[in-house]
Amino acid sequence: MAVDSDTVRRVAHLARIAVVEDEVESLKAELNAILAFVEQLGEVDVRGVEPMTSVTPMAMKMRQDEVNDGAIADSILQNAPAREDHFFLVPKVVE
Amino acid sequence: MIDLSSLTLAQARDALRRRAFSATELTDAHLAAIEQARALNAIVEETPERARAMAQESDARLARGEGGPLEGLPLGIKDLFCTAGVRTTACSHILDDFVPAYESTVTANLWRDGAVLLGKTNNDEFAMGSSNETSHFGPVISPWRRRGSEQGLVPGGSSGGSAAAVAAGLCIGSTGTDTGGSIRQPAAFCGIVGLKPTYGRCSRWGIVAFASSLDQAGPFARTVRDCAILLRSMAGHDAKDTTCVDLAVPDYEKAVGASIKGMRIGIPKEYRMPGMAAEIEALWECGAQWLRDAGAETVEISLPMTKYALPAYYIVAPAEASSNLARYDGVRYGLRVSGRDVIDMYEQTRAKGFGKEVRRRIMIGTYVLSAGYYDAYYLRAQKVRTLIKRDFEQCFADGIDAILTPTTPSAAFAIGEKGRADPIEMYLNDVFTVTVNMAGLPGISVPSGLDSQGLPLGLQLIGRPFDEETLFALGAVIERAAGSFTPEKWW
Repeated sequence: MAVDSDTVRRVAHLARIAVVEDEVESLKAELNAILAFVEQLGEVDVRGVEPMTSVTPMAMKMRQDEVNDGAIADSILQNAPAREDHFFLVPKVVE
Repeated sequence: MIDLSSLTLAQARDALRRRAFSATELTDAHLAAIEQARALNAIVEETPERARAMAQESDARLARGEGGPLEGLPLGIKDLFCTAGVRTTACSHILDDFVPAYESTVTANLWRDGAVLLGKTNNDEFAMGSSNETSHFGPVISPWRRRGSEQGLVPGGSSGGSAAAVAAGLCIGSTGTDTGGSIRQPAAFCGIVGLKPTYGRCSRWGIVAFASSLDQAGPFARTVRDCAILLRSMAGHDAKDTTCVDLAVPDYEKAVGASIKGMRIGIPKEYRMPGMAAEIEALWECGAQWLRDAGAETVEISLPMTKYALPAYYIVAPAEASSNLARYDGVRYGLRVSGRDVIDMYEQTRAKGFGKEVRRRIMIGTYVLSAGYYDAYYLRAQKVRTLIKRDFEQCFADGIDAILTPTTPSAAFAIGEKGRADPIEMYLNDVFTVTVNMAGLPGISVPSGLDSQGLPLGLQLIGRPFDEETLFALGAVIERAAGSFTPEKWW
């Protein structure tokens, strides 16, 4: 399964990474090299094998459904590149 | 006057308890060593003021007889661990001047036990790399050089700064994270000890995430004993990480020096790769002999899925990374590059903020998770992962106590030597270490010899889940037989 230039552009957009036209060819070659490398997994007989979901067998831990933190808006916002009061600022998303 | 920056962690701990010198003197000696070693680029954020303040507090506690297990011991912390009030960047431009308001659980445990923060160490960007060359702050130069050469070598990666700093005597121990070999491979390249604990042994809370089902924090130090001391403080249950186990933390130091008589050590035939350097093969056999001399038995074993671990890793790890790194969007923290609209802002921010290797892995991850490809790639890789783990389980069920392998297929290489044209060339460095992450097992790398060019080589021991103690016992035997290795100071 080799990727073409259009797939590179589509994947980049899905990943929200801007690519300039000169990068497409080299990215295509690199992605195809990696995909060719992982292609050998096709040799493995995985019939009846469960996909791994947890490397250490353990039951999902539950905690009490109660508020145990909060009122820390200032520290949550302290690293924001743009903010106003207790809000993150972003470019306009709705007209 | 003893050189305070050449002591082992255990020696320094015992001397501090005897009040042979103060924590402040010990910290100052390391800060001076750091100042002289800037050419190595091992530390990306020095914290001398905090270090001196912490050392003073340690001295006060030691004077009152209240010192913790790591009281006054100065450490380097990989820049992937969030440290409250100290810049944490994962060595990525996208995190720029991020200053966490919180402390990772592992580092909080270290400070609870009295350790001192010297600074944040360099690493591959988001821990994606095997040579520390993908860091936004530039590569780390290994303190080791080939005999008669001044060429700069890589310290390994991704925890290259942490390993180089310990090898060069800039800190008495350090922390790393290991997703595919990022502790064990740099430990081998730098001639020191590094341990990746069992998945779930240390909390991942507050560590910048790369691939959550594989990431695990662990220690670097100059001796096996020192790593055992550090792990005891780092490990432990944490309600903030649901994958962190609620198991008592043993006194790992007691395992150092324990008898290994009667232990059965597996030698996996699939690790005898075609084209493997004769020196590595000889060292491996030498390690097996050392273990036999100490009363262990070595047995050839088979791990037939070994060759599929690396390709499966290069699906699972990028897939998880693409999901974890979706949070870097230029909105809540880190870099923002403005765009025409919000989507363009995301795309420009991520294009500028992530380096080449990180962008490549995010794109691979996005592709293998995208509609129509999920089953062929990701699901298949997770099934292969089940089989990889089954290989190890079978060996352990057959009575194998631990497995001995080389840590890396070669010694350290030169900066710029690998992976320029073909990313796979670099990925192959992790061929012996990545299986351990895929199966969630503990692994330790112990320095075992020098190659013909004078560069360190390591042997890896792989253990049963949560049986780090056996690794410390076996590692100590190898260490005793092999001796220790210190680079000649050129910086």
